[in-house]
Amino acid sequence: MIASANNLNKAEEEFVSLLAVSAKIRGRIIQLSHQAKTPHLGSSLSFVDLLVYLYWNFLEISPQQINAPDRDRFILSKGHGITTLYSVLAERGFFPSELFDDYAQKGSPLPEHPSPHCIPGIEAATGSLGHGLSIATGIALASKMNGISYNVVTLLSDGECNEGSTWEAALLAPAHHLNNLIAIVDFNKWQATGRSSEITALEPLEKKFEAFGWSSIRIDGHNFRQIQSALETAKNSENPFAIIADTVKGKGVQMMEDDNNWHYRIPTKEEVDSALAELGLKTS
Amino acid sequence: MRNAFADELTKIAKEDPSVVLLSGDIGNRLFDKYKQSCPERFVNCGVAEANMVTMSSGMAMTGMKPVAYTIASFLIYRAFEQIRVDVSYHDAPVLLVGVGGGLSYASNGSTHHALEDIALMRSLPNMQVICAGDPLEVRAATKAFFKDPKPTYLRIGKKGEDAVHEKSLDDFKVGKSICIKQGKSVAVLATGNMLPNCSSVTDELIERGISSSLYSFHSVKPLDEKCLQTIFSEHEYVFTVEEHSKKGGFGSAVAEWLSSQAKTTARLFIVGTPDQFLLYTGNQEAARRTYRLDKAGILEQIIGAIGPV
Repeated sequence: MIASANNLNKAEEEFVSLLAVSAKIRGRIIQLSHQAKTPHLGSSLSFVDLLVYLYWNFLEISPQQINAPDRDRFILSKGHGITTLYSVLAERGFFPSELFDDYAQKGSPLPEHPSPHCIPGIEAATGSLGHGLSIATGIALASKMNGISYNVVTLLSDGECNEGSTWEAALLAPAHHLNNLIAIVDFNKWQATGRSSEITALEPLEKKFEAFGWSSIRIDGHNFRQIQSALETAKNSENPFAIIADTVKGKGVQMMEDDNNWHYRIPTKEEVDSALAELGLKTS
Repeated sequence: MRNAFADELTKIAKEDPSVVLLSGDIGNRLFDKYKQSCPERFVNCGVAEANMVTMSSGMAMTGMKPVAYTIASFLIYRAFEQIRVDVSYHDAPVLLVGVGGGLSYASNGSTHHALEDIALMRSLPNMQVICAGDPLEVRAATKAFFKDPKPTYLRIGKKGEDAVHEKSLDDFKVGKSICIKQGKSVAVLATGNMLPNCSSVTDELIERGISSSLYSFHSVKPLDEKCLQTIFSEHEYVFTVEEHSKKGGFGSAVAEWLSSQAKTTARLFIVGTPDQFLLYTGNQEAARRTYRLDKAGILEQIIGAIGPV
């Protein structure tokens, strides 16, 4: 009992430290949007906690082994949220943060949507929606064929669950028993121009994956304990595993939360300062 | 051609464990030997071409050499964006094999015709476009891909096509055309499944006393520009022949090249299909007659262009 209580405390401490990392990442994302006048801020903020957990506690990937055949793979299917992945990769040491000075500017290795091999740690060029699950399925199937063990995690937006190709991959993966494949849907309930549930009948999303032969779980995508539990369950699943993560678009900054204007809106200098203060970060 | 492809691929896959074949629920029995040899490296992706293409790219990212195989019209038109982003943009070494190029599936209607595929595919950066002219070219092109894997579209016919080449093409190179007959006045440049008809046509021209050359331009991209320079300097008339729209295909590729040349003596004529859907019921031979792509039709177009001899 004492040991498990200690473990619990340790985990809680870890989660607290991850919260600080998430805040830092969110600050970076907001600054980048302002600096380069690039959109998709709300979409980038909604999956910060998911990505922070993945890169700090789950994925077996390191900057020293970016080409290791048995590394875990992460595919950001919603490529428009790339500032989140860039920020996480930089924080994990995949590239120096000085590169952010020229983010999305001419000659920068950090384009507004990732290009192939633009920077270490980017596995695939995404930006056109509906590709990530198929790429991840191909990589996961190759693992089975080659007998090289690794996990493949892809993160999708709820909007890209409109794409037929997403469901083509969803149909195929269970037929090949790809238990090394994990799809996380960043279910922030908005797509570019409206409520996702009003545009297509997405709900009940976890049931749809289950009907396709996946195992699935629905969690709070901002709760590290639930993220941890879902990923551990996924790792031991016999089927491909879908994590439907309820998230808030614009999470972390009150004026941006659940306000779809921040899909395209660029924050002013004052809004950046206010957001950083709210996140407990130093203003620029 | 498809039997030659299946046979050649099976031989290669037996030796190379990185080869994987993905099929869009097509090729019933065709790949039985492949499946016997490498059962774990055959994936029937179902009727889901978009996913098949992107999965192929994902597999290529791990070092595998994927072959994505289905009917040309479904592979190229349905999955074009996936081909563009996941294969071409990623420069992923995937061999995309379109069976039934041109009017091979004429009797199935325009949904099954592939008359715009070359135009689409040759517009993509990083993409090689090879249209095999006979079963021996199919074998040679397949081998060439695995020697130097790059994003490649291999357009093949269906079955029963005549062999034009007499022996295996050991010197086959992507981007290097093959001179089959050497003449002086007329040069016929065939690509893909027009090669057998063009061979008959040039025989007839020669019989009629018109000195004619026959080239197989299996590679539409990269285009053998060096050979084109020689052809245009040594002939009076050059005819490109393809079972594809005259818009954007092989003939257009040659015309684009020609527009960059300072001075040429030969005149270019593009023989292909018109800018329309074939609203007609009939087999490939009948469709070719309609579009004057059978032997008589091509001959008629050439004689009509060069005038009475």
